[in-house]
Amino acid sequence: MAQVDPALAEWALDEARRAGASAAEVLCVSAESLAAGVRMGEVEKLKSSRERRIGVRVFAGRATATASTAELERDGLRDFIAHTVAMARLAAADPAAGLPDPALHPKRLPELDLADGERGIVGADEALELARTAERAALGADPRIRNSEGAEFDSGRYEIFFANSNGFAGGYDGTSYSLGAAPIARDESGAMQQGYWYTASRHFKNLEDAAAVGATAAKRALRRLGARKIKTTRAPVILDPDMAASILRALAGAASGPSLYKGASFLLNRLGERIAAPGVTIFDDGTLNGALGSKPFDGDGLPTTRKPLVKAGVLATYLLDTYSARKLNLAPTGNAARAVGDAPTVSPTNLYLEPGAISPEEIIRSVKRGLYVTELIGFGVNAVTGDYSRGAGGLWIEDGELAYPVQEITIAGNLREMFNAIEMIGDDLRWRAAVVAPTIKIAEMTIAGE
Amino acid sequence: MAMANDLAQPEKFFLNRFGMNESALELILGSALERKADYADLYFEYRGAEGLGLEESMVNHTSKSVAHGVGVRVCAEDRTGYAYSDEVTVDRMRLAAQAARAIADRRSGAPPPVAVGSPVARHQLYELASTPLEVPLEERARLLHQIDEMARAADPRIHNVMASFAAERKIVMVVTSDGRIATDVQPLCRLNVSVIADDGKSRQAGAFGGGGRVEWSYFFEGDRWKEYVRQAVHQALVNLEAIEAPAGEMVVVLGNGWPGILLHEAIGHGLEGDFNRKGVSAFSGRIGQRVASGLCTVVDDGTLANRRGSLNVDDEGTPTSRTVLIENGVLRGYLQDRMNARLMKMEPTGNGRRESFAHAPMPRMTNTFMLPGESTPEEIIKSVKHGLYAVSFGGGQVDITNGKFVFSASEAYLIEDGEVTRPVKGATLIGNGPDVLTRVSMVGADLALDSGVGTCGKDGQSVPVGVGLPTIRIDGLTVGGTRA
Repeated sequence: MAQVDPALAEWALDEARRAGASAAEVLCVSAESLAAGVRMGEVEKLKSSRERRIGVRVFAGRATATASTAELERDGLRDFIAHTVAMARLAAADPAAGLPDPALHPKRLPELDLADGERGIVGADEALELARTAERAALGADPRIRNSEGAEFDSGRYEIFFANSNGFAGGYDGTSYSLGAAPIARDESGAMQQGYWYTASRHFKNLEDAAAVGATAAKRALRRLGARKIKTTRAPVILDPDMAASILRALAGAASGPSLYKGASFLLNRLGERIAAPGVTIFDDGTLNGALGSKPFDGDGLPTTRKPLVKAGVLATYLLDTYSARKLNLAPTGNAARAVGDAPTVSPTNLYLEPGAISPEEIIRSVKRGLYVTELIGFGVNAVTGDYSRGAGGLWIEDGELAYPVQEITIAGNLREMFNAIEMIGDDLRWRAAVVAPTIKIAEMTIAGE
Repeated sequence: MAMANDLAQPEKFFLNRFGMNESALELILGSALERKADYADLYFEYRGAEGLGLEESMVNHTSKSVAHGVGVRVCAEDRTGYAYSDEVTVDRMRLAAQAARAIADRRSGAPPPVAVGSPVARHQLYELASTPLEVPLEERARLLHQIDEMARAADPRIHNVMASFAAERKIVMVVTSDGRIATDVQPLCRLNVSVIADDGKSRQAGAFGGGGRVEWSYFFEGDRWKEYVRQAVHQALVNLEAIEAPAGEMVVVLGNGWPGILLHEAIGHGLEGDFNRKGVSAFSGRIGQRVASGLCTVVDDGTLANRRGSLNVDDEGTPTSRTVLIENGVLRGYLQDRMNARLMKMEPTGNGRRESFAHAPMPRMTNTFMLPGESTPEEIIKSVKHGLYAVSFGGGQVDITNGKFVFSASEAYLIEDGEVTRPVKGATLIGNGPDVLTRVSMVGADLALDSGVGTCGKDGQSVPVGVGLPTIRIDGLTVGGTRA
């Protein structure tokens, strides 16, 4: 693994000051990965990568510029930093710009178990075998599964070092592993449906069994066969865990500082108010041990935190970085996200809807006529108004039973109403991603079809 | 940034900058082919980009980046080995070649000799005297301020204005084991305007933008930037008045230009060679079949001057071309990169594209549009008793296997008794790719291409694309509104 060099970061901070910056930050990222894909039992691709980048953000008083480069030679980097400082001088002085209050930087960093020390990058042969096992299980599940978009196993390692002229410096490393399979089922009419399933973790041993991933993907493809369009109606809508997570992401976007100070959010001026059904509690927790969205400090070098975003239906906090917190006269919440070379933005860390006590099967049984949604496509979510309209696929429920698959329909409503209409929350929360939710039931939405 | 005089011969730029020479390139390609592979290539990229953004009447975001690297690809039958590094040194490239060739079986004899060829002739679609990167930052910032002033002055309900300008220059070189070397210098820029309108009761956003492989002066021709501002303001104000959108199947009229995103989602992705070679597209095996009404001819054309989706050569060094996808309603062709063309025994179409050196190429669209028909837009609207007229869209998406696609309207109106009446809220439109165009009953003479804002995502890779459409009437499409 290419080591991130703290000495280079410190040198870059000094260079920024020498070039006239009043304050500066340096972010160094080094990453490597291997992706191994198989299709129809044969090797389809192997992809290996190695990247090192350095990003700087410099301040000339309250004016700022950000930059990133893959040039790590000090001679070239010196000119690059000087040019970035010159760019900052051309930017407008922004009263909210600047490094965080130095007192807020963590004194000690928590140990969050973000890296799998035993495994590192999984070698090509083993990675291919895992992908093959998943795909074989999918292809063997049913004679109607005769084609595949393949299966892929990825593993990656990264190292991050961040320092600023407040005197904060810190680093951490992490690993990630994922395995996904995408078999295709075909019925007598020739109509095809893809099923996709994946498992992901920071620790190799926590991955779901490869054959189980393939079998689940196959099941998901098969149950879509014969999907039909239905008549336009209003009915209860159940979102499966992945689809429920997608509306959590939309909510987090509207609760993010930049959307709020731009006036581009339906959650503007709603802090402390009820925005969801009383049973809804959503946590953002960047401190969870070993979780995919955890990190010891955020993109501003501030501690990540655990807090409810929504507590018993009430909007309890916004998600803020230092800049948007200053714009809104609030305190930062440890949600600064950072890509090398970009100014900080805001993102949730680990965001999850607290599970309920009821099984997904019972939720389905509670619906006389309604829609169980397993696929959503498109971008029809308006964060400014909360208006929501997306393409959907899933299963139609008749008398509490999954009756037949449906497709080429949309579900529409408004996020405000949808969160207020969450009637049931399942007990099936699984940590497969940084944003997760159990199955939920929304009392009623418009379903457009024929 | 690279000096302009280096760029007359981009191959020299890479050889000088990274201390490469022909024998080093041959050595690395030879190493890539050490096993039983059909083909190998090296993709060198150097990209410089700058951006600035205005919020709350301040140009308070400035950024720049320099990225460079090399990707080594080895193809053996339908297998691809790919390795990349942002350290462009002979040692790193040899390691990458070793990693990439692992997909190929061992061979018995010695690998064939590799010789670096002479440069491939490329189109000259964007030979700019200068790129916006050479325009002083202050001048770029001044335009953002003018946009802010104009939008705020346009209407008292305009509450906030965001404007941004991004420009890049990508220098690329592809060196292949079959003796081709292709180079290109690819400028690209984009100006965006977005506004928030607030009438005390509700808030709405409006956005517009454009650009391409163009010079800075492009934005001032015919006061083009002012049109961007007018469009963004118009959209936000119209949406303040919008009523609930209808739900269900109805006649839909799409305006010209950007609504061509319909073709990109409903048709284009499903005709990409990789999906069809694998037989996983709803269009697989349907060449020669009728998939649209006879009024529809759809092409993908990477050779349009200065367009965002155009390229002199694709990212495998093949000159781009114009590919007829649907001719008078009949499916004619696929979009191909070299590997899929070889495996399907077809010709490459110059559609092998990648986001950057960190990605292997795959078949992608360039500029995808429908050729004009004979109706006037007025006739088309007048023909509709009850329907939806959609003129602007956000993004779209498609499930290529079952053919279902969506695209989301951001500005739309009801048509009642042949007249465009009230604006309706944004709604997603959903349809089935292989049959949506069979329902096209009128095609306008008013073909327009979009203003230069499209970015297409596939398998985690984003590339700039263009779309275009004349006004068309579709006799039935499901509109995903809330009013059932």
